[in-house]
Amino acid sequence: MAFREYKIGCYMFGFALSFSMFVTIFLPGVDISSVSSTELALDKQLTYGHESGFAYEDPFLQGHGKPVKVVLSKDPATGASIDKTTAYVFPAGTPFPSGLTHTKILGEDVKLLSESLGKIDQASEEAGAVFLVQTNDKDVPYVENATATRGWNSDAVLKAADETIMAGAGKTMFVREGCWWCHTLLPEQTQDWQSFGRPPLLGDFNGESPTTFGSDRKAPDLLHVGARNSSKEWMTLHFFNPRLVQPHSIMPRYDYLWGEKDASGNTIDLAKWDEEYMAYTHGESIYPPEVPEYSADSEARYLIDFILNLK
Amino acid sequence: MLKYLFEKEENIPQGSAAVFFGVSAIAWFIIGTGLGSFNAAKLAFPDWFHGLYALQFGHMRQVHVHAVIFGWIAMAFAASMMYITPALGNTKLWSEKLGVWNCLLYNLGLCLALALLWSGVTSGREYSDHVWPIDLYIAFIMVLPWCLNVWMTIINRRTQGIYTSNWFFAACMFMTVIVFLVGNLPEFFHLTGLNEAYMTWWFAHNILGLLITPVAAAITYYIVPKITGNPLYSHRVGHLHFWSIVVFYSTPAAHHLMSSPLPEWLKSFASVEGVLILVPAIAYVCNILLTMQGKWRMFVENVEIKFTITGVLLAIPLNMQGGFQQTRAINWYIHGTGWIVAHAHLALLGFSTFAEAAAVYYGMQVLLRRKLYSLSLANFHFWTLLIGFSLYWISMTIAGLIQGAAKIYEVPYVDVVIAEHPYMIVRWLGGTMVFLGNIVWLWNMYMTARAGDEVPVGRQPAELAYGR
Ligand code: HEC
Ligand code: HEM
Repeated sequence: MAFREYKIGCYMFGFALSFSMFVTIFLPGVDISSVSSTELALDKQLTYGHESGFAYEDPFLQGHGKPVKVVLSKDPATGASIDKTTAYVFPAGTPFPSGLTHTKILGEDVKLLSESLGKIDQASEEAGAVFLVQTNDKDVPYVENATATRGWNSDAVLKAADETIMAGAGKTMFVREGCWWCHTLLPEQTQDWQSFGRPPLLGDFNGESPTTFGSDRKAPDLLHVGARNSSKEWMTLHFFNPRLVQPHSIMPRYDYLWGEKDASGNTIDLAKWDEEYMAYTHGESIYPPEVPEYSADSEARYLIDFILNLK
Repeated sequence: MLKYLFEKEENIPQGSAAVFFGVSAIAWFIIGTGLGSFNAAKLAFPDWFHGLYALQFGHMRQVHVHAVIFGWIAMAFAASMMYITPALGNTKLWSEKLGVWNCLLYNLGLCLALALLWSGVTSGREYSDHVWPIDLYIAFIMVLPWCLNVWMTIINRRTQGIYTSNWFFAACMFMTVIVFLVGNLPEFFHLTGLNEAYMTWWFAHNILGLLITPVAAAITYYIVPKITGNPLYSHRVGHLHFWSIVVFYSTPAAHHLMSSPLPEWLKSFASVEGVLILVPAIAYVCNILLTMQGKWRMFVENVEIKFTITGVLLAIPLNMQGGFQQTRAINWYIHGTGWIVAHAHLALLGFSTFAEAAAVYYGMQVLLRRKLYSLSLANFHFWTLLIGFSLYWISMTIAGLIQGAAKIYEVPYVDVVIAEHPYMIVRWLGGTMVFLGNIVWLWNMYMTARAGDEVPVGRQPAELAYGR
């Protein structure tokens, strides 16, 4: 029997699907890719590093291979005092964000400046590097490779730092722990200005991955949370058990991010803490149990650094 | 089932693959809704099960979503395709052996994928949460063999034309593979920034719109004429449905990101295309409901028709929401609220689950040649599903409207959390009903295989009276 082959139908189908993908992927892709990075986008890339989700350098999302953001008040090479400067340290072997490896992502102007003034083409992942975000007199932002321009190497910068912010590793915690199922990182354009702050701009995301906008909001937007609440103490209590500071909160406890030991090396006994806490909620004791201080290399520290860095 | 893995093709009974997929689907349905109900409990009572860190909400949410979508929905589709495609082509499945292997590797792959999500290994992209090695496994080992079976069965058919359901099956499987590979490009090639954000939602939109909705519809195109004995009301309207799905459903992806800083032209375009989704939606619903002419008593008397038509009726509010909630006028109010969660469950737990449950009920009876064990248990399942779903949908819609109002008047957020609390409890109760109903369903299916009345050769299960 001669079967119908549905040739015309197949051609039409192929055409329709390709045309649809042309309009919904190719055209938006070209448009979005033509946008130049803002200063914020440069800051985010250098803070979060190559990738905050699953990646070779960090397959189990433990915060490995991430840069460190530091605040300096003296020049690490000469020891002279300088104005408060934020630097992004990539110790040897830390993967660079996409904007540095595929400079087209930065946008035309930013790329040119970063190469001519910033010397980013001289930075190497194997040797490590220290970056700064600068703007020129026309307010165009660019990345400066301070290792090449000022001779700052990553170890010296880490040693000279007044403050180290592990926000890159913290964003990995944010992704892994699914904070974005409840919180958004996207104040909406139509409202939200008052309570959650300025919505982001088109160029604020270049090089960031994943963007974790979040889709259903069951909790406050966090894009600018560090600007409205910068208290480390509040965050510590709130992450250990949100109901210590906000009795009606539905946020889960993140006490397990404290790890085995607290800041002074004592073992943390979560089961015992929970027992005392339950006694407190049942009115059997007046005060809730003491919240342990997190140690400097605990996941809780990464996360809190990330949250407070969201200005 | 496993004994067929190394059998010769001709020794494997027809329908083995479909039964294997069907049973797996029901099992995943129970697991998935159980997880959903657990998550709902956590959102209502966050200190419940506080000691069990393994079951953190932030990890379990995506496990629920992928267990129900890849476990229940997709496996029920596979089960349906593996018996409907050959039946409509008047032939046998191209390869039962491939089907059985496919189902085994599907189950194993899904377990692995969910275990990784559970332990927090994620790409951080909603709906494409799986890490890229798993994406490749899904595309090439879980989906491609299934596609091959469907396509080759259609090519080897013994009928002149191809019936509506089979166009959908063949085309949707093709689109699924394409969407899967293209939608995960950000992970394969490390695309970043707004491109990554947009592609995430391009994927999410199209996997729902080009796989779940049209395949569920295609299943009803088979079930309703088959069981009522009425021919499909209009083949032409079926054409309209098919082509408008391909053109209009594949384009509005950006409507998920209406409040983000995407280019304005893209958002406006998506918004208009989104309204055009009403074209396939209306064509489809009319076509099925008109096919029921003169047979409406079966809506009450026959379990499969009851499930299918309920699903089709739920598609009406679904598409009305879908068509309009992405216009700027409405989206700013409901974006990112519980309303959207309610809408997602209307599509998946309402429309599509009801259609697939009917297909699995029917398919199991046809393939096992046994009449359904108990009508009463099936009715019980139906009502727990419908009432449970309704409680879920209504409570989350109300919660969403509260959130929307609070968002616009910029109410302190914790007041919203307090206001939503009662609705969170209702959602949990409704979801738990669905979960419990499904256990009854599994039991009913087990007893059907064991003790259902045999369907004599040459008769259809629908022609026999129910025993219990
Ligand atoms: C189940 C949903 C849920 C999850 C998951 C969740 N949160 Fe929350 N979060 C809330 C709710 C509800 C509030 C508001 C009430 C309160 O202050 O606790 C909140 C408040 C906050 C606040 C204070 C916001 C403000 O405006 O002052 C911060 C910071 C925060 N969460 C961070 C996180 C981080 C980081 C994670 C992931 C580790 C996370 N949350 C996971 C629900 C959640
Ligand atoms: C086959 C049935 C089901 C399917 C296909 C399904 C699908 C989904 C999907 C797609 C989401 C994501 C929604 C979004 O991002 O907007 C989701 C979330 C969720 N589902 Fe289900 N679901 C089903 C049944 C259930 C049941 C029975 C419950 C029990 C209460 C449940 C509880 C939840 C919860 C609590 C969430 C999280 C919602 C949130 O984050 O606000 N689901 N489900």
